[in-house]
Amino acid sequence: MNKSVFARQLTQKIGYGLLTLLTLLTVLPILYIIGRILLQGAPAALSWEFLFTFPRDGMKAGGIWPAIVGTIYLTLGTALFSVPLGLGAAIYLSEYAPNNRWTRLIRLAIINLAGIPSVVYGLFGLGLFVLFLKLGVSILAGSLTLSIMTLPVIISTAEEALRAVPQAFRVVSISLGATKWQTIRRIVLPQALPGILTGVILGLERAAGETAPILFTAASFFLPRLPGSPLDATMALPYHLFVISTQVPGMPLRIQFGTALVLLVFVLSMNLAATVIRSRARAARQW
Amino acid sequence: MVNPMNKVTIENLSLEYSDGAESLRGINLNIPANAISVLFGPAGGGKSSLLRILNRLNDLADVKTVRGKVLIDGQNILEPGVDVIALRRKVGMVFARPVPLPLSMRANLTYGLELAGEHRAAVLAEAVERSLTQAALWDEVKDRLDEPAAALSGGQQQRLCLARVLALQPEIIMLDEPTSGLDPISTSKVEASLQKLKTQYTIILVPHSVQQAARTADYAGFFLQGELVEWAPGRAIFSTPRDKRTEDYVVGRFG
Repeated sequence: MNKSVFARQLTQKIGYGLLTLLTLLTVLPILYIIGRILLQGAPAALSWEFLFTFPRDGMKAGGIWPAIVGTIYLTLGTALFSVPLGLGAAIYLSEYAPNNRWTRLIRLAIINLAGIPSVVYGLFGLGLFVLFLKLGVSILAGSLTLSIMTLPVIISTAEEALRAVPQAFRVVSISLGATKWQTIRRIVLPQALPGILTGVILGLERAAGETAPILFTAASFFLPRLPGSPLDATMALPYHLFVISTQVPGMPLRIQFGTALVLLVFVLSMNLAATVIRSRARAARQW
Repeated sequence: MVNPMNKVTIENLSLEYSDGAESLRGINLNIPANAISVLFGPAGGGKSSLLRILNRLNDLADVKTVRGKVLIDGQNILEPGVDVIALRRKVGMVFARPVPLPLSMRANLTYGLELAGEHRAAVLAEAVERSLTQAALWDEVKDRLDEPAAALSGGQQQRLCLARVLALQPEIIMLDEPTSGLDPISTSKVEASLQKLKTQYTIILVPHSVQQAARTADYAGFFLQGELVEWAPGRAIFSTPRDKRTEDYVVGRFG
């Protein structure tokens, strides 16, 4: 009897130990990567010159200002197209679309869009926006390409947020003489807004960090001045990091790590904003 | 001929849902003004369906066919040209579970009026006080009207929902088991409000128990499996039912 209790406790301990080990195996490499980027990137990234000046001496000195500006432009451009489109599609799917074969097909397409490799979006953008629509390699073409990549994330999170709003609110609103659209605008959308914002930020965060979709559509190796219009090409952080890591021999390591750190901070701060919005909304929710 | 005393006249009304669920068969009924008409019977009898026809809330549901006529003030509201929004302002509804909209108490009460285009502050303020007083809630909430409605207790929420309907100054008030989730004190407050309100409004109540039906009814109808078995003025239906099925239900042999 005693022996079997001992054996059971041992099995339990081994089980716990194994699970802890597996958790550490996932967490430790992430901590290592972040820690290494932080340690080796901070000296470069924490300087005024690095953040706010142009690269010099074949990128081996100077800063990354045009890449930072380019990534901000591309992210805002992506938001400009993907938010209205994605929100519109989500409202249609959640509030108006009948549950039939056609709607199920649309949903299936959206889910599949999310699984397409980003380089395929890049090629699609090259074909459609750069060449066919003659937008050239430009911020506009890059933003449109990133928008298509971001749409499935925005549509599916926004639809989920809209569906989470209790049906009873809609019925009550209609019974008080509201039209369907008044109900959506006054009750459903405000309640779903935090969830929608979270989805938008997570989608844009992915767009900000992607290299492949802008490779053929927006990004430039080096530009001596900031882009002056949406039809200009631009430098961008992820592509710049790719360039200085693989295309330029003899790059100082601190510039590579510094660029990585800036990109990481950019993306993680968006992630943090999404988390804050979500947890605040949960605390304030009345249902 | 339409009797002017009858606010609602239902002629040979039948309804079928697409999934074959709860339906109505050949309902004929006159609902008088300025009285509480009680529709009672076991679940699935068609009471809620009938209410949802009167304010066309059934337009949202998957209805296969509706036949017959529903006349409110002599106008058939099932006709395609009817202004459904205006109808819903005229025929207010209180639901079984109190559902305050995720807004302040004040905004809950002014919601319908603002949608109807009323933005004058004085009119809205008057409507808030009048409707809350009618629903016996004014004294409890008058100092915190801008707090979220969800902060109220269940009984207060339901009276707020009644007040929200009253704010629109409807002509007919429908209540679908409005006290099913409430404690006895809240329930009696709601019932007392209804007794006062019936002098000005046509009230249609689906009660949550036979006892409540017997307490409140000026007219009562017994619904069973989509049919109106018996309809009578006063409380006679509870003491001397004419139909065997009504009797069985009232005395509690089934239900």
